[in-house]
Amino acid sequence: MKLNADFDWKPLALVPALALLALPAVGSPSTWITLTVAGLAMGMIVFIIASGLTLVFGLMDVLNFGHGVFIALGAFVATTVLASMGSYTTADSLWLNLVALLPAMLVAMAVAGALGWVFERLIIRPVYGMHLKQILITMGGMIIGEEMIKVIWGPEQIALPLPESLRGSFIFGDAAVEKYRLLAVLVGVAVFAAMVWTLNRTKVGLLVRAGVQDREMVESLGYRIRQLFIGVFVVGSALAGLGGVMWGLYQQTVLPQMGAQVNVLIFIVIIIGGLGSTLGALIGALLVGLMANYTGFLMPKVALFSNIALMVAILLWRPQGVYPVTNR
Amino acid sequence: MLSRLLSNDLPRSRWLVALLILLFLGLAFAPFLFPGVKALNVAAKVLIFVALVASFDLLLGYTGIVSFAHTMFFGIGAYGVAIALNAAETPSWGAIALGVLGALFVSLVLSLLIGLFSLRVRAIFFAMITLAVASAFLTLASQLSDFTGGEDGLTFRVPELLSPGFSLTEEPLQTPLGEVDLNGRLITYYLIFLAVTAIFLTILRIVNSPFGRVLQAIRENDFRAEALGYRTVVYRTLSNVLSASFATLAGCLLALWLRYNGPDTSLSFEIMLDILLIVVIGGMGTLYGAFIGSVLFVVAQSYLQDLLRMAGSATEGLPLLPALLTPDRWLLWLGVLFVLSVYYFPTGIVGKLRERAALARLKGKP
Repeated sequence: MKLNADFDWKPLALVPALALLALPAVGSPSTWITLTVAGLAMGMIVFIIASGLTLVFGLMDVLNFGHGVFIALGAFVATTVLASMGSYTTADSLWLNLVALLPAMLVAMAVAGALGWVFERLIIRPVYGMHLKQILITMGGMIIGEEMIKVIWGPEQIALPLPESLRGSFIFGDAAVEKYRLLAVLVGVAVFAAMVWTLNRTKVGLLVRAGVQDREMVESLGYRIRQLFIGVFVVGSALAGLGGVMWGLYQQTVLPQMGAQVNVLIFIVIIIGGLGSTLGALIGALLVGLMANYTGFLMPKVALFSNIALMVAILLWRPQGVYPVTNR
Repeated sequence: MLSRLLSNDLPRSRWLVALLILLFLGLAFAPFLFPGVKALNVAAKVLIFVALVASFDLLLGYTGIVSFAHTMFFGIGAYGVAIALNAAETPSWGAIALGVLGALFVSLVLSLLIGLFSLRVRAIFFAMITLAVASAFLTLASQLSDFTGGEDGLTFRVPELLSPGFSLTEEPLQTPLGEVDLNGRLITYYLIFLAVTAIFLTILRIVNSPFGRVLQAIRENDFRAEALGYRTVVYRTLSNVLSASFATLAGCLLALWLRYNGPDTSLSFEIMLDILLIVVIGGMGTLYGAFIGSVLFVVAQSYLQDLLRMAGSATEGLPLLPALLTPDRWLLWLGVLFVLSVYYFPTGIVGKLRERAALARLKGKP
């Protein structure tokens, strides 16, 4: 991902290209700015969720269809934590609100990460290297997880209101930008930066990338790649938990089936991005977010298929996704 | 003769043969053996699931690709018949034929497109893409309410001969087990029975043809199959198209039986789960597994939920247990069963029985 002469910039240019393409279609610049910022923010949230899955797939070659459970779990944990911090969320101070939000995110990540550890041991460990069984068994894990959420939190949807000072929007001229979406962009950029930094500038990241390239070679150099695998899976699950909090606040309601719904979205994202690529996942997520907002505004009936159409178009152009990870 | 009919793919286990004959006869004479509306409904559902699961096994068990869009094709079949009969002035056989053909055409085009797009690159894309397409289709079906009846679905009438009002005899037939109405429902049941038998034998023929052998070769090692000169994309896509077509036919039968169709009856994700579970329990890669699995599963689903309700009320007062044992949590137990069977029971019932038979033969011949 170094910015050298070989860097493949074409997929990166897709995002502004799509935004500019939508400008004449939308017409009014202020609406366009609103939609674009909303789309980018939604894309950032989707990226947070998808980043965990793309890590897991990239390093472990595990197709985790149960990823959605961690998302739903994160959101449900957030409802409990935020509800228990009552006065902090309703106070009219940004700092108090953030003080409430931060533990919600941390607890959600911790719980999702812990469940990820259990999930890896119980569900995934026996089926490494067998894609067919992985798909089947993680699907089973997904169902169990979803039903357990129903047992604990009940089958109905729960409201997850935004903290007081994150409601409403900033007005720039005619364009309105929701405050929460700005926060989402900030968190998304932070996650992306942390991932890129860890993967490219630290020893752990080096080992992870080496493990993707050639697992046996890393093992023979004396590193315990199994521990690394588990670590990546836990981090991936924790990221999904964080994404769940963000997504739940974005939708302002959480329901047990949300995992399955978001699953579809993130599969599209990582197929567009090329399975296993972080930058690809970011581009895929941004494209999906922008597309959803533009078509939702222009042609609500078509919005349903816009993501699939986008995926088809990308696959026609690059059958392996925009940034294919080598050798797989 | 029988061996020809079964395409030389015999059960290869004495217990399996006995079980198959028993279940087959049970289904063939179900209206007379188990009189009553609920029993007949269960038997018809078993039959439809046999066709549906057998068609899915062609894809999962024989070709080794996972599709989550199988209920989509099932739903297309059901909606085809439902829309055609709903739109027709008087329910006629022509309308049914039109609905079936229209549904088959839609499924054909859709499965071909999905197959060409996702199987061209790598087979694991297929699972994800089918999941996305199927969920979009489910939303579409509930949104196009002018056409599909939305969430409420469509209720329609079937041709005179198949409707409950039509009677062959004035008096119900007296049998030692109870009285049986010789009415249109009975005729519909046997129509479904014949259709499912034909579908099952056709799929059996397909998987035991040279084409089916290539599919199995792709399942075992697609790289080697490609190296031997088979275009794996073509074979996988064909397998997908065939499987989708048979699922569509099963959907048509479902609509005819229920005289109703809505998103929950034919498109819902739970049905997809049921299909997956049946294939795994019965045994992936054996059509007999689809047959036995469907019978066991549908019967269990229809009667075990009552048992779960009883267990729930029996454990009342204990912490957590009642919440786990209500019929609403039926899916939870299905999920647990599913995971356990993928681990400990990967070859399914048929696989286990065949293993036993093979072991016994080995011991017999020193």
